[in-house]
Amino acid sequence: MKFLLHWIERARPWFGPEGRLRRFFPIYEAGETFLFTPASVTRGAPHVRDALDIKRTMITVAVALVPCLLFGIFNAGYQYNTANQVADAGFLAHVFQGAWIVLPIVLVSYAVGGAWEVLFAMVRKHEINEGFLVTGLLFPLTLPPTIPLWQVAVGISFGIVLGKEIFGGTGFNVLNPALTARAFLFFAYPAQITGDRVWTVVRDRAETVAGFTGATPLAVAADVPAGASLGEALREAGFAWSDMAGGLIGGSIGETSLIPIALGALILVAGGVGAWRIMAGGLLGLAAASGLFGLFAGEAVRPFVGMGPHLHLAMGSVAFGLVFMATDPVSAAASNPGKWIYGFLIGALVVTVRVANPAFPEGVMLSILFMNVMAPLIDHAVLQAHLRARHRYLAGFGHA
Amino acid sequence: MELASLAIRSIFVENILLAYFLGMCSFLAISKRVQTATGLGMAVIFVQTLTVPANWVIRRFLLDPGALAWTGSAALAALDLSFLTFICFIAVIASLVQLVEMILDRFFPRLHHSLGIFLPLITVNCAILGGSLFMVERSYGFAESVVFGASSGVGWALAIMAMAAIRKKLRYSNIPGGLRGLGITMIMTGLMAMAFMIFAGIQF
Repeated sequence: MKFLLHWIERARPWFGPEGRLRRFFPIYEAGETFLFTPASVTRGAPHVRDALDIKRTMITVAVALVPCLLFGIFNAGYQYNTANQVADAGFLAHVFQGAWIVLPIVLVSYAVGGAWEVLFAMVRKHEINEGFLVTGLLFPLTLPPTIPLWQVAVGISFGIVLGKEIFGGTGFNVLNPALTARAFLFFAYPAQITGDRVWTVVRDRAETVAGFTGATPLAVAADVPAGASLGEALREAGFAWSDMAGGLIGGSIGETSLIPIALGALILVAGGVGAWRIMAGGLLGLAAASGLFGLFAGEAVRPFVGMGPHLHLAMGSVAFGLVFMATDPVSAAASNPGKWIYGFLIGALVVTVRVANPAFPEGVMLSILFMNVMAPLIDHAVLQAHLRARHRYLAGFGHA
Repeated sequence: MELASLAIRSIFVENILLAYFLGMCSFLAISKRVQTATGLGMAVIFVQTLTVPANWVIRRFLLDPGALAWTGSAALAALDLSFLTFICFIAVIASLVQLVEMILDRFFPRLHHSLGIFLPLITVNCAILGGSLFMVERSYGFAESVVFGASSGVGWALAIMAMAAIRKKLRYSNIPGGLRGLGITMIMTGLMAMAFMIFAGIQF
């Protein structure tokens, strides 16, 4: 490590205020911070919201995402080999195939997102933040494995530039940049991000394994007609609860299995980075809303309406969204009561959209974005309520 | 149930601001502070709740073809005054805004002062006239027009309050020079409208 340090110190004058390469200082600074812990600390505003420094916060999130990424790689390969009837594919074959599918998506996301980040850092003279390590990894994990690479590039460009950089970069954005990127793709190119055909890479539709449809559990469950049994239909399609929780099913790359997500949640909460109040609030909201819809359940309505919260949690991406997206400290509510409200409403909205909005099969992305929009208002209301309570308290002593 | 569904639809799904982009001028100008935005939001709810039903009554009993039949006079019953719709609606809106202004000036002078010129400008707020015209176009009944008026006002107020809270947060942001102020607010409005898409297509 000595020679690296020596090398960095020697290069410092080139990038200093007088140096020839001063335009590229952000790149130098990023390299230095990545390798060592420099004595200088950030003076910018992102510190206001957390006592941890931004590097540790973001790297913890990136580490927490690794289990999801690894599982996503394995699952993408497993789905490919199963659907395409690849003969005697073992564990390694799944991993290699999955890496072949997933890694290009991650690389494009990092390369294009990183290029924007560096460009803005150079022009606007701010630091390159580790935040983009998180955004650049979160975004591909929310995409279907069949996504065309140019769409990954377009999406991450929109998310980084319009979702984050025009607000001033990490710490200033209102919406979660990774979800902004995904929402942009969702509305601009719906054919490649929704439906039954995008969740598994298929070589030739005619040669897939018998009974392969590619439908997601949510689509299957939503289609069960009134009077039929939901559990039966799900089992028939190969989606028992344990299958959906275990996650060896088609879906967006990072969200299918609850196990690596729970591991990530543990890392986030133990590291003091992710807000457990948001996750707990989200689960409560999920349970409350599905309980409320459960009151309408009966013979005459689709069984999907009264579906239990454990099924809602295992299906789709609600667990991934609650753990990694909703807890984004920049775009979430900042006050503690606000976090409960914010999480609760996300959970409740997800169920509402799934059940009552036939336009979208899944509502996690838009629920979180909507609550991102509402988060500052929630914080404002919490703050005002607190101020009023303080005034009343002081008035009790004859002050104020 | 019908009315509740209409209320939810006009607050969220067909938010008059974020789905139809009506009332943008005061939305952009008055969303700097949450307190002021809340005040204007309340004023819009009040005006909207009164004008839409009032205009419904005027339309139904004065302006529609044959609306004057209740007078009992055949000559009046044959009249079609619907060409007066716009002028009447605007007059009703203007007089109600005048009323709101007098109330605010008397009881909430600080709010009245901070709203400034934009309070009288509610008169020409497209959301208000738009609300009355939607009422005609979608042929709402009286009860529906009350619910629609109130809830479209609530939707507008919700949007402007959320925007004001966001702009409070944006005040600490390091926004590129050319985008400060209205530029970033316009972009934020677009992003907000994208997030509100969650309700598009919702059915109860």
